[in-house]
Amino acid sequence: MSTQPSHSQFAALDDLLEEADNWHVNAGDETIHAKRMGGKWRNIKWFSNSIWLLMFFGPYLRWNGQQAILWDIPDRQFHLFNITILPQDLWILALVLLFLAINLLAITAFSGRVWCGFLCFQTVWTDLYTWIEEKFEGTPQQRRKLDKSPVTASKFSKKLGKHTLWLVIAMLTGISFVAWFTDVYVLWSDFFVLQLSSAAWITILMFTAGTYLLAGFMREQVCMWLCPYARIQGAMVDVTTIIPTYDLHRGEPRSRKRKGVSSEQEKSGDCVDCNQCVAVCPTGVDIRQGQQEGCIMCALCIDACDAVMDKVGRPHGLIRYESLNGLEGKACPPLYKQPRLVVTGSIIFAALLGILYGLSSIDAVDLKVLHARQPLYVLQSDGSIQNKYTLKILNKLAADVKVKITATGPAGLKITSNQVVVVQHGTVTPMSVYARVPRKDLMVESQPIIFHIETMDSKEHFSSDRESVFIGPKR
Amino acid sequence: MADKNPFPGENNTGHIWDDNIRELANPIPRWWMLSWWASCAWVVIYVVIYPSFPIGDKAPPGLLGWTQIEEFKEGMAEVEAIRAKYEDQIKGMTAEQILGDAGLSDYTVASVKVLFGDNCAACHGSGGQGAPDFPVIADDDWLYGGGVDKIEESITKGRKGMMPAHGSKLSVEQIDTLANYVVGLSEGKEDPAGKALFMANACFACHGMTATGNQAMGAVNLTDSVWRFTPGGVESAKHTITHGVNFPTDPETREAIMPSFADKLSANEIKKLAVYVYKLGQQ
Repeated sequence: MSTQPSHSQFAALDDLLEEADNWHVNAGDETIHAKRMGGKWRNIKWFSNSIWLLMFFGPYLRWNGQQAILWDIPDRQFHLFNITILPQDLWILALVLLFLAINLLAITAFSGRVWCGFLCFQTVWTDLYTWIEEKFEGTPQQRRKLDKSPVTASKFSKKLGKHTLWLVIAMLTGISFVAWFTDVYVLWSDFFVLQLSSAAWITILMFTAGTYLLAGFMREQVCMWLCPYARIQGAMVDVTTIIPTYDLHRGEPRSRKRKGVSSEQEKSGDCVDCNQCVAVCPTGVDIRQGQQEGCIMCALCIDACDAVMDKVGRPHGLIRYESLNGLEGKACPPLYKQPRLVVTGSIIFAALLGILYGLSSIDAVDLKVLHARQPLYVLQSDGSIQNKYTLKILNKLAADVKVKITATGPAGLKITSNQVVVVQHGTVTPMSVYARVPRKDLMVESQPIIFHIETMDSKEHFSSDRESVFIGPKR
Repeated sequence: MADKNPFPGENNTGHIWDDNIRELANPIPRWWMLSWWASCAWVVIYVVIYPSFPIGDKAPPGLLGWTQIEEFKEGMAEVEAIRAKYEDQIKGMTAEQILGDAGLSDYTVASVKVLFGDNCAACHGSGGQGAPDFPVIADDDWLYGGGVDKIEESITKGRKGMMPAHGSKLSVEQIDTLANYVVGLSEGKEDPAGKALFMANACFACHGMTATGNQAMGAVNLTDSVWRFTPGGVESAKHTITHGVNFPTDPETREAIMPSFADKLSANEIKKLAVYVYKLGQQ
């Protein structure tokens, strides 16, 4: 081993160290006070933020005398307008989750972290909280100054107002969340007389504390260090993904323009190094350093840069939505030739079809059939073979209903138990059903049998079929 | 280790390897220490409020007075309370009356499954499907009667049938003829020679003139499709005729004993089991 590193090794180290000097990572030791500017993307952001108003006001919607959308956990029912989903239909939820997850993947592959930048509750609530902060404490410069100043009555009142409003919003968030799981009007009245269940109190408390801390204090640190989706989505972006990008070919070398010097004389790029893109960034990153983990792709830097380009008389789009390929002047393959989008698109489509099928095929009366496992069949004294089934009849109607059970299957099939039964409403009624077939009629060991139920006395007529097997001895 | 610390003023411990690798005396992060002290405090709190360490063969009770067995008993009491509204009614009813009430018989079938698994399934199978030498109780063929009262009686008193061994009385050919006759009966065939032997050897005394058995003494019905000893067939019938059932002097005799559960289970439990068994193969 040589004891002295060679000159070239030192040179490589110097490069790394220089990079490390430029490598600015905000580990939460500084508070980002982002400047707020108007613009196209800002307007879009207000619109996308307002989608979350649905979370606050959705529970108040009524349908047929009850809450339109309600996750009734104690009764294990999910009400979606006039559809009632019981745990038996929970496979639909799996498809919904698949649909959402693959959508995240597809949208990110197409246009980056749209979720993070425009829709994520962390981004939206932080945006709202900093907007309130600005109303109470003023511009970013004023806020920084205020933070450093000693406590005065004026500072105290500003801070008190801000934190009070933050806490009110946090608590409303918690209550609105709980309202999806219990009747919202009862929730409010129980809330004011302090009669809520402990589960509701704890959930509201956790959401209040969580909203207040995450949106008020942790802000971009959540995206940088806590959120797994930020990392997952970062890995989905490639050279064809259209994301907010700084056009370095046009911008570099950046220089501060001076009066009286025309751009023809000055051999520099369009970037005037005004730092506005950094000033407006809610996570405090510099887009000009390229794609990076801190960038949530909210496009606010595009607004800032375009405003500056207007001032210096340059065209928009120094920072714009563009793929890395587009930046290098290379063409991207059309969407239908990008395998990731084709595959994810098909999965989304299939999941959507499944969800629609599921929702449209949820019947008011549903039948499930379980064949007895022990014994599979019983030989009767008259030589016939008896099979035992457990029929589970689900009745989502508002009243108990009389149901007739019939079966079609092997020749000579006979049901020996009651064929007319009453099933209770809002639950599953299990019952044993016995079917017999003369042994001489059984040609194969196992053959299909179809159970059919239909309602007898309800105003509307409902029916349901379910296939099972009739099993006999080996021949 | 170096004699003189070559890196003064950086708060190292003086442990230096390979000229420049050294151990610093940085304090443990505060959050870590806080968690550690909180954990220590929790240990003390836990020991005070819960039973936690043994003294002799007991643990100090702890301030909360909590024990596992108490929690178990409370849980069981909760279950009993839920069951009470059915059990209170069932107590004063006969098995027949329980069967007449759809709600109570559903409850009985659901709640007695465990009892059946503990006491009956070892021989009769988890679904009453029987086993070689142990009768199927999910079918409609009953040695001692299939009424729920008869089933209750069978569980309470037990059953022990008896059929004499005929190996010493009959020739091998005669037994062969008889066995074939008996098997033929369940298939609807007639055999005069077999019938003559059946009558001459007083088989009818127990199995009846029409060979349909006698439930008062547990003599099987020979004309139906179900066999007491499975798998059925001529060989099986020959063995039974030759060696009998529960015949004391024949070592190869069939053993068929249903023990009494009167000492093991309460009358109430037996009553509910009878309902369960009754409903294994029918509504």
